[in-house]
Amino acid sequence: MTNASFSELRLESVGRSFGEQEALAGLDLTIRSGEFIALLGPSGCGKSTALNCLAGLLPLTAGSIWMDSRRIDTLPPEKRGFGMVFQNYALFPHLTVRKNIDFGLQMRHLPKADVARRSTEAVRLVHLEEHAGKLPGQLSGGQQQRVAIARAVVLEPSLVLMDEPLSNLDAKLRLEMRTEIRRLHQSLGLTTVYVTHDQEEALSMADRLVVLRAGRVQQIGTPAELHTQPVNWHVADFMGFRNLFPATVVNGGRGVLGDEVVVDVDGLRLVGAAAAPITVGEKAAVGIRPEDLQIIAPNDPGTTAGNVIRAKVSVVEYQGREFAVEVRTATGIRLHLRTPIRLDAGDVVDLRVPAERLLVFPGGNDLPVEEAPLGETASADGRLLREAS
Amino acid sequence: MSTASRPMARVGKPTGPLLRHRLADRGINARLLLLVPGLVFIVMLFVYPFLYGLTLSFQPMDGGGPFDSYRRFFEDSFQSSTIWKTLKLAIPSALFNVLASVPIAYRLRGKFRGKRFLTTVLVIPITLGTVLTAEGLLNFLGPAGWFNRALMSAGVINEPLPLINNYWGVFFSIVISGFPFAFLLILSYLSGIDPSLERAASTLGADWKERFRRITLPLLAPGLATTFCLTFVLAFSVFPSAILVGDPTNTTRVISIAAYQAAIEQYDWSFASAIAMIMGVIEIAVIGLVQLWRSQFYVGSTGGKGA
Repeated sequence: MTNASFSELRLESVGRSFGEQEALAGLDLTIRSGEFIALLGPSGCGKSTALNCLAGLLPLTAGSIWMDSRRIDTLPPEKRGFGMVFQNYALFPHLTVRKNIDFGLQMRHLPKADVARRSTEAVRLVHLEEHAGKLPGQLSGGQQQRVAIARAVVLEPSLVLMDEPLSNLDAKLRLEMRTEIRRLHQSLGLTTVYVTHDQEEALSMADRLVVLRAGRVQQIGTPAELHTQPVNWHVADFMGFRNLFPATVVNGGRGVLGDEVVVDVDGLRLVGAAAAPITVGEKAAVGIRPEDLQIIAPNDPGTTAGNVIRAKVSVVEYQGREFAVEVRTATGIRLHLRTPIRLDAGDVVDLRVPAERLLVFPGGNDLPVEEAPLGETASADGRLLREAS
Repeated sequence: MSTASRPMARVGKPTGPLLRHRLADRGINARLLLLVPGLVFIVMLFVYPFLYGLTLSFQPMDGGGPFDSYRRFFEDSFQSSTIWKTLKLAIPSALFNVLASVPIAYRLRGKFRGKRFLTTVLVIPITLGTVLTAEGLLNFLGPAGWFNRALMSAGVINEPLPLINNYWGVFFSIVISGFPFAFLLILSYLSGIDPSLERAASTLGADWKERFRRITLPLLAPGLATTFCLTFVLAFSVFPSAILVGDPTNTTRVISIAAYQAAIEQYDWSFASAIAMIMGVIEIAVIGLVQLWRSQFYVGSTGGKGA
């Protein structure tokens, strides 16, 4: 059982299939010591599969895992020396908090005094001194979560794996634990791989993000890179580009990244930036963040300039500091925006988006078809509306 | 119900809702009446015959004190020795059933193809009944049975092994009918243990032996105790196989045979009832001891959250 830390952990085209079904394919990733990596994606994207493969709980069906120059993908989990925090915490229900934390230390056959010292320290680290003698069933969800983390980090593992550790907590506790995990990561310098489906969580905690979809890596990068330059509309969708709609490239696409392109959306011409090489005539997906849509005053001189969309307010939600507003254009495209201005349903507004904030992704054919909103069955004005049957 | 509604009519309006809430809190309402048919059934078919037998056991057939039937049983070694003979069969066979089930169920606890088929095959011996099992044993393990013939032709033994009409015949019969029962119970107890607990233990450095010893076994222990009790009770009341494949006049004269002979052959109902009560007391004593052992273990949720 080695606990030696590594300078680099390499996953080389790691894949895992279940029968015919490929849950994960071609995952290449190099994790540097001390890094906090988040695997991000919707449910069923293969992120938990990747984590279990890394932990050794699931054998690979393709590829290899290297810890510096040592190949570890056939080692059983108990020989890898990685710590893992499970989604349901997996605390031993018959052992007290203290004994749960002692477990891993005892498995390493450390002297009794060392076990006691280190577990006391771990209990203190997660602020559970008063609860050390309790059984897991007597603790709240947040406390159980902390025990699970303490149990994993007390071994000072070379790598900590976390499988959606915050998904069972309520919103307030989740924010607190997020900070606490990040603090632990920074103070202990633990290399961490963190699985989540919450983009906000991933962006705020990780040094690097790996976005997965249908078992394949979509993009790997820093939070800032992914936030500003998603490579396709799937990643954009995950990064808060709530407004995604199909368009056709009509001008400017010379197949160069970051190029200024003009797209046609049902007769409306918009200028944007190509997020990936794209050419004239190609189908595209247009992505705009809600916060990038600005409301401009009617008859503003800018109205005649490019990228102005006229729409009618359909839903207004009060969200404290601002309003979340849903508007619909004459051609039936639904857009979401945020504004401090109080609007009412039925108001007509002009919206503007800066060209560099309107991203054009290749391949808009597979965008999800918009469903008719609840309570709207008539489709007088919009082709995207479908009769509710 | 009637006692519950009467005070309600008496109390004034201010306390009325309070009582109603208290009753609702304890689940006392008109739906409890649905229990009545079941309770009547239990009283008629279980409580009454039991109490009848109990009083009968204190009324010896040929007069004497109320404890004479009991005294007769314990003073006659031919009768009292049936206790040891039965325990000698029931405890080892119940233990064997439980201990043999654990590794097999542990190995088969996950999902795999053909699991349902396998469990169906294992259930079949329960459905066959002891008489058919006994007949099978006579054919298979008898002096001219396949088992002995195979061993002899292989040159392993020179004379047939005495495997029936003795202790071992009854032992095998109890195992054949009791094992599936124990196996299925333990399999379901094992399936109730969250598999992520073992996975967590393995990421903490525990190999399979440690995982079994420190996680699975302690969580399974209450289930083992219950399974042992149930298979023990089944084995303790063994009757047909003790006669068919056993040695019913000597080594496998179990306590139920003693009771049967007293009741059906000697028409001594009091003595038979006393033997039945002694049987019950011994069973309760063994179960009590096992439960005492069990109480040392964690009993509660075996799910991962521990909640």
